Amino acid sequence: MALSRDQIAMRVAQEFKDGDYVNLGIGIPTLAASFVPEGISVMLQSENGLLGMGPYPHEDELDADMINAGKETVTAITGASIFNSAESFAMIRGGHVDFTVLGAFEVDVNGNIASWMIPGKLVKGMGGAMDLVAGAKNIIVTMTHTDKRGNPKLLSECTLPLTGVNCITRIITDLAVLEVVDGAFLLKERAPGVTVEDIQAKTGGKLVVSENVTEMQV
Amino acid sequence: MSGFDKVVTTYQEAMDGLTDGMTVIAGGFGLCGIPEGLIAQVKTMGTKGLTVVSNNCGVDGFGLGILLEDKQIKKMVSSYVGENALFEKQLLNGELEVELTPQGTLAEKMRAGGAGIPAFYTATGYGTPVGEGKEVKTFNDRPYILEEAISGDFAIVKAWKADRYGNCVYRHTAQNFNPMAATAGTITVVEAEEIVEPGELNPSEIHTPGIYVNRVIKGEFEKRIERRVVSKTVQNTTAKESQ
Repeated sequence: MALSRDQIAMRVAQEFKDGDYVNLGIGIPTLAASFVPEGISVMLQSENGLLGMGPYPHEDELDADMINAGKETVTAITGASIFNSAESFAMIRGGHVDFTVLGAFEVDVNGNIASWMIPGKLVKGMGGAMDLVAGAKNIIVTMTHTDKRGNPKLLSECTLPLTGVNCITRIITDLAVLEVVDGAFLLKERAPGVTVEDIQAKTGGKLVVSENVTEMQV
Repeated sequence: MSGFDKVVTTYQEAMDGLTDGMTVIAGGFGLCGIPEGLIAQVKTMGTKGLTVVSNNCGVDGFGLGILLEDKQIKKMVSSYVGENALFEKQLLNGELEVELTPQGTLAEKMRAGGAGIPAFYTATGYGTPVGEGKEVKTFNDRPYILEEAISGDFAIVKAWKADRYGNCVYRHTAQNFNPMAATAGTITVVEAEEIVEPGELNPSEIHTPGIYVNRVIKGEFEKRIERRVVSKTVQNTTAKESQ
């Protein structure tokens, strides 16, 4: 069975180590904050200039001057810091953020990612995504393994305009955990009840099956 | 020290000298930390053909979005736009030009513009549409693209507190692009929630030193919230419980 959004987020959160600084994109990546394992603390970076992002505010805490990168009202945790946009991207570009988790339309076997633009549709912009994929030490892409029509999103070569090149190393989908190694997707884990053959059939780019494919723990 | 007194009392004085075709750099992220009164003054003046450099372009009827109503903006330089229907319409009509710029590159372009650095290399955008036509240079086996600095005829900035000398402090995430914008204007105008006397701000805690600032005006702010999201769960102060 394909994993739910929450289960994908749960698997993502297992990647985090105690003391990691993490930037989470909109959607499934944001959900990962709710599943950080017991005994592990991570600090969330929001690229509009907040390190130590807390939960959404209660009604009486709402503050127009406290927002996240998605422009939502938010709070800061004890020990947070707030800074300007150039400082924020110095952290990102300088490789100081341990993990970036973001969604994508397509990823290919060379670690290229397309996540911001579909030709023919109105382009709203890349926001901070291009900076994040160019700067973070570890990037995890979360997405469904195929699109709504069942077409693979893990490809030999991205077809959409790119967000970054040679930057993706790890992909967590509703079917599998994969790494990008030597021009192929290396299958490391499969979702419970999903066979290697299923994953093979739904992957567009070259798939190498690890000797020991384990079941995702979610 | 009257030569250092930057305070003006009217919005006409604050934006005096703005003419058609100029470049205006505006601080703010979404609707957070935007110089509301200065934007309203640009609308009142009716200045046309503006190039506006700002991370976003407001929403319909608020923020920089109000400058679209009379087609005052010729070109936007932003990382993310399209939160407003009017923007979309003018873009599709060809009445508005947009130069999409990655958010970190945009911040660095402003910073460089204010710091006398004409251009810089960054990995951001290499191999993407953003990198097309730009010089590529390899450092330590990694390719980087050359991005040019941005400066403006005017920079409009929103501060929490400013003193008469133009020293500024920002509040929370309303800081965002404001400090970079402040450095990058030929004329930098600060609209502050509160104006204080020199000495009232702690010198060690000033975000923008007054040297960058030409004019200071006290504003009244609506501070509209773009996406109001409240927590339904019990408040918890650890990061991992967030959202």
